[in-house]
Amino acid sequence: MAKNNNNTRERVIINTDDLEQIIKILKAKSYTTIGPTLREKAIIYDEIQGLNDLPIGLTEKHEAGYYRLEKRDDQAYFGYNVGPQSWKKFLSPPEVKLWSAKRSENGFDLLEEEPKIQHYAFIGIRSCDLNAIQILDNVFLGGPHTDNIYGERRRNNFILAVNCTEAGGTCFCASMGTGPKNEHGFDLALTEILDKDRHYFVVDIGTELGKEIIEETSPKKAKSEESELADKHVEKAANSMGRQLDTERLHDLLFANFHHPEWKKVADRCLSCANCTMVCPTCFCHTIEESTNLEGNIADRTRRWDSCFTLDFSYIHGGSVRKSTKSRYRQWMTHKLASWHDQFGTSGCVGCGRCITWCPVGIDITEIANTIRKSGELPENTVGQPN
Amino acid sequence: MENLEKILSEHPFFKNIEGEYLNLIVGCASNVRFEQDDIIFREGQKANLFYVIREGSVALDLHDPSSGKITIDTLTDGEILGWSWLVPPYYWRFDARAIKMTRAIVLDGKCLRNKCENDHDLGYELLKRFALIIDQRLQATRLQLLDVYGLRQ
Amino acid sequence: MDYDNDIMTQTEPITDSMQPRRFRINNVSWETPETFTHELIPIDKGPSFTFLPGQFNMIYLYGVGEIPISISGDPDNTSRLFHTTRVVGSVTQRIQHLKPGDTLGIRGPYGNGWPVEKAEGKDVLIIAGGIGLAPLRPVLYHILHNRDQFGHVTLLYGTRSPDKILYFEELKEWISRFDLLDVRVTVDSASGNWRGHVGVVTKLLPKAMFEPDNTAAFVCGPEIMMRFVAMDLKKHKVPEHQVYLSMERNFKCGLGFCGHCQLGSYFICKDGPVFAYDKIKSYLSLKEV
Repeated sequence: MAKNNNNTRERVIINTDDLEQIIKILKAKSYTTIGPTLREKAIIYDEIQGLNDLPIGLTEKHEAGYYRLEKRDDQAYFGYNVGPQSWKKFLSPPEVKLWSAKRSENGFDLLEEEPKIQHYAFIGIRSCDLNAIQILDNVFLGGPHTDNIYGERRRNNFILAVNCTEAGGTCFCASMGTGPKNEHGFDLALTEILDKDRHYFVVDIGTELGKEIIEETSPKKAKSEESELADKHVEKAANSMGRQLDTERLHDLLFANFHHPEWKKVADRCLSCANCTMVCPTCFCHTIEESTNLEGNIADRTRRWDSCFTLDFSYIHGGSVRKSTKSRYRQWMTHKLASWHDQFGTSGCVGCGRCITWCPVGIDITEIANTIRKSGELPENTVGQPN
Repeated sequence: MENLEKILSEHPFFKNIEGEYLNLIVGCASNVRFEQDDIIFREGQKANLFYVIREGSVALDLHDPSSGKITIDTLTDGEILGWSWLVPPYYWRFDARAIKMTRAIVLDGKCLRNKCENDHDLGYELLKRFALIIDQRLQATRLQLLDVYGLRQ
Repeated sequence: MDYDNDIMTQTEPITDSMQPRRFRINNVSWETPETFTHELIPIDKGPSFTFLPGQFNMIYLYGVGEIPISISGDPDNTSRLFHTTRVVGSVTQRIQHLKPGDTLGIRGPYGNGWPVEKAEGKDVLIIAGGIGLAPLRPVLYHILHNRDQFGHVTLLYGTRSPDKILYFEELKEWISRFDLLDVRVTVDSASGNWRGHVGVVTKLLPKAMFEPDNTAAFVCGPEIMMRFVAMDLKKHKVPEHQVYLSMERNFKCGLGFCGHCQLGSYFICKDGPVFAYDKIKSYLSLKEV
């Protein structure tokens, strides 16, 4: 991922009306504007029409296996962190049809279909989640094959990111180097400031397109005290993370401790419910299924989210390779924090904390890793394969 | 007339065995030849001999009333056939059948057995070597038992 | 002014789709009571189907689903596509009833194939167990078509019993060509008229002719069998990086996107299915990985 020196970015100030205008401009350009919104006691991502659809004045309380919304004492638009959903639901949908075929004299004919692909504008995406998207870019588009489903939806995304000014109870993006400040991959990145009676946004401009759009609101250049205030807020968030994860040689640590007793301890608690994989913004595993209509003359091939926590995920004729919950939990965590490095050159974890918040039994990935580090072996040489 | 001593001393099974023991063993050895389908020994017979196969192929068979003859192992050039002579009650557990013309060296197990009782060093040398063979056969048998091809792939 | 230049600002077309090509079954031949070979001819016009020995296809049966099957034919024959399939699950149980004239969808070829170029100038050991002979047959064809590029070539093939032997007629022919290659076949047990070897395939290794450090070994079969063969090859001093195994896990997409085929850090569909033994040694002895 390209790392840009933020100091060379242009910084401007806009107010709430300007932000509303930006959303209108995006809609006029045929973007489907997606943002955080309240749905049944959680903040999820869905299409928004304007700022009023945002969870204004709300904040979240995160703990292991715990999520509650609380009222803030201000009217911040972005005064929370991340809810149970991530932006992958738009880019690699939970269920999407690959193609259809109809029965014919040549066996089957593939049906020509032009899917309507929406151009998404992601409003209010956090740094952890933006890093997650860039990780998925690498997974789906960075190899010898490219994935159409993801690629079509990722093309022409508009990214309006938000820098967190408060850290959540399970957040650890600072440990993972993925936030709270947005460093790259955005068109615009804003920091919300509520300062006495002023409510404004300090915006970093990331791309030509971002510049073009924000220029329509005639933004003023950010004053140095405004800019410093924004940086201070974000730094405060960075210093108040709910969790820490020591990532020093984490790959080797986990690979060298495949038989650590901690795995069994976790397994005794884990329900293999797969919540963590569903809320995780980088989990990408999916399965492909066949279904037909009643007459059997049309067959659909559908792609659907899957999870390595299911028993038949690893099924080959004879049985499942990972029968025990222990092996499946270990697979998930070592993939996320270790194998991912070998496969894609980065960690698979962005420190968003969702897996901790949404685990019904409150399993904490940072706690597991730290326990193994305290009592496990870390050999001097690099560990290529697990043992 | 082949030199039995030369053949036996060069065989990996008897490698590094002391000269006097080798002489003893040679003294108990002679050449033998089996034609195709000859039965070398039968299940249930007293086991007093063992063989070093020089050239050919020998099948170990078990008989099942409904399936008939089942071959569970084959041995070829250089392999040792038979250790039941070492283990009480000294009976063969399988049939041994020459699959094709087979030349072998036959050794008088009973004679060697008695000599081992008196000279434990000789006994240890022979048992050490047979332990290796039995281990190899056991590992191989275990793999056959797994019926690995029966599963998948 | 520093603007980002990430992956998404590039305008390369995204081409990969999950749609199969249609092939017609030209011939079905039953190798054993539960294994059959399909000979396929493309229905739609398009570039001829080429593949590397060891690659596999995702085979689509309309209304039922997809399964991964190794390509078992001659890579030099681009007009015909061969798959040898064993009936094991719900999809293969349906596919086994197809007749000449029926249609299958093919996606592929996927995977990395056997590194035949690394075997040039070396002695070659091809060690197959059960249906593992199917993905190795293309290597044999390749070697036979380019015979002078290789040293001594040996095929060791083990299977359950004589009636489970694949490519029986072809094997007989290869056995007779002892000027070209050395073929030894063994079964776990035999009744009837079998006069060949009985016992595990590793037992055939001492009989094979090869110079250990100038040997490439291609091994394919059930994982337990490959594990023991690899250990035995090590005992015979064949370097671990010159021993290649073909691994298998649950494949859904074949492209490295669905995540199912992972073996530790490897995606078997794109980093494999062929791996040098030293690269996966520790995975083989780890349980549930």
